[in-house]
Amino acid sequence: MSTVAEPRVAEPSVAEPAGRPQPSTLTRLRGWLRNPWGKPRFLVVVTWAYIVWSIVPVLIAVLFSFNATRSRTVWDSFSIRWYWGDPVDSVWHDPTLRHSLVQSFKLAGADVLIAVPIGVLLAIGLARWRGRGSGTSNFIMLFPLVTPEIVMGVSLLLVFTHLFTFVHTGTLAQILGHVTFSISFVVVIVRGRLFSIGRQYEEAAADLGASPFVALTRVLLPLLTPAIIASAAVVFAISADDFVISQWLSSGAPTDTVPIQIYAATRAAPLPSVNAIATIMMLSTLLIVAAGFLLWRVFTRGERRGGGKAAEDFGSAFNLG
Amino acid sequence: MYRRWLWPTLALPGVLWLVLLFVVPFYAVLGVALGKVDPVLFQPVPIWNPLQWNVGWLTEVLGRLAPGGIWFDVEVRTIVYVFISLALCLLIGYPVAYYTARHAGRWKGLILILLILPLWISYMMRMLAWVNLLQSDGWVNSVLTFTHVLSQPRDWLGGSASTVIFALVYGYIPYLILPLFAALDRIDRSHLEAARDLGASPWSAFRSVTLPLSKIGILGGAVLITLPMFGDYFTPNIVSGSPKTSLIGNQIDLYFHGGPQPTIGAALTIVLAAFLTILMLYYLRSIHRAQGEGGTAGAL
Repeated sequence: MSTVAEPRVAEPSVAEPAGRPQPSTLTRLRGWLRNPWGKPRFLVVVTWAYIVWSIVPVLIAVLFSFNATRSRTVWDSFSIRWYWGDPVDSVWHDPTLRHSLVQSFKLAGADVLIAVPIGVLLAIGLARWRGRGSGTSNFIMLFPLVTPEIVMGVSLLLVFTHLFTFVHTGTLAQILGHVTFSISFVVVIVRGRLFSIGRQYEEAAADLGASPFVALTRVLLPLLTPAIIASAAVVFAISADDFVISQWLSSGAPTDTVPIQIYAATRAAPLPSVNAIATIMMLSTLLIVAAGFLLWRVFTRGERRGGGKAAEDFGSAFNLG
Repeated sequence: MYRRWLWPTLALPGVLWLVLLFVVPFYAVLGVALGKVDPVLFQPVPIWNPLQWNVGWLTEVLGRLAPGGIWFDVEVRTIVYVFISLALCLLIGYPVAYYTARHAGRWKGLILILLILPLWISYMMRMLAWVNLLQSDGWVNSVLTFTHVLSQPRDWLGGSASTVIFALVYGYIPYLILPLFAALDRIDRSHLEAARDLGASPWSAFRSVTLPLSKIGILGGAVLITLPMFGDYFTPNIVSGSPKTSLIGNQIDLYFHGGPQPTIGAALTIVLAAFLTILMLYYLRSIHRAQGEGGTAGAL
């Protein structure tokens, strides 16, 4: 690690100064071979190796969803058999897989529709409310973020089987569970935005005679739009990705989601159709997140400090750590 | 009057939701864990009145977790796996976050997107990807036997501890890198310049400025991945499935899904939650201290 800090700790500028001729690839390569530990070379290698390691296996799994044979290890030829063609085992024709896809979208959609409004109101309320109970509420809000899912799964299962017995395990219980772990994510994202826009717009509205309610609906909510969009995308993604809560509150095959199917199949003998359904789910999530990113850019236009900054701001809105 | 009530009213639905579906369910776990068991059906009979709570099942679970108990090995294994995984995550994650924050230059945006990308790919999809690669006739064995690292294909998925740790690292490391990046990116370069101007070598500048200032990120990221790892049961189930790699989470899962007594599972959940709360309190205290140190470093 000693070489880690070696390079340019003291030099503020990272980019090559303009005007200086760029060294050719060959020269750079020779320099690398002569001294692989100089400058941040070690770090470059680690970083790109990590990125390849984290993403390429998933790309290979996507590739095999298009395999023409039943193998997930030997490539034959391109086919959409496992999406459509196979009359028994394809995602389209296997009722278990198709139902799990529908169930996943149903849960994610319901989660967005319920958790986002509740979370946005909770974020505004907690940010402005300074009275008895506000501290406790803030505290409770943070807990679902650090509670391991298995603890939440056990507690929801037990409350539905012993206390709120009118809620049976199945879709309703799953939706209630998903919303419970999603609300806090919405609050964190919206609160970040509330913090960055400050109170001056609301105060200006109040000075001009707006009631707090009017200031809220006409000034604050429009300003919160980017955060609302970002949180909707995040809630969709975490709901679609969720395995533990869906599994604990599932009432059996008809309410199994895609992650549950993947889990069950990898433990048995999976066909490439599992890769196919995982690919469909992944692309849907990435599409929604990308749409969220583009909308975020549109709505925060004019607030950005520089081109490359948008990705970082969006990233930090999504970075819940 | 109306001004005073507006904000709590907005918060009300959310607070009510979390009380009913987060706080009350936790109380339900307590009620079951500290309740009785039907002698005939072996079904839990929860006790809601704290004055009548029965600690029998809880002491039973603590006895099993104590040295010599039947869960002691599982408990030690869980702690060992989690700490090895955490160490590996930090070892890989810190250089990546450091490079991205400090030296990535014009690549920073792209690298950040690539670092965030795994977070939007389902955990199960990422595990499936490795299960495919680690099959006995999978690509990993092909590459390793082709390069003569292994003389014959290895059974990676048949209960190997290293595979489970590898899968935990692969699964959780993206959640560590982002807080690390955020902490490193926030560090004001002028502190480092000051350290260098005062004669610090690059290494000692790193050790006495960058490292302490990124401590909050290290701790935050570590907690963010340690807590869920302690409750993980699906990762060992997917890449191993063998009792030899079973974790505490697997015991809880077993006692609810087809197992004989949910009461014991509930009592174990309480013990796990208590342990994680202690870990969390330790983290909060360390954060408090690190912020104090950060303040001194900031005064440099």
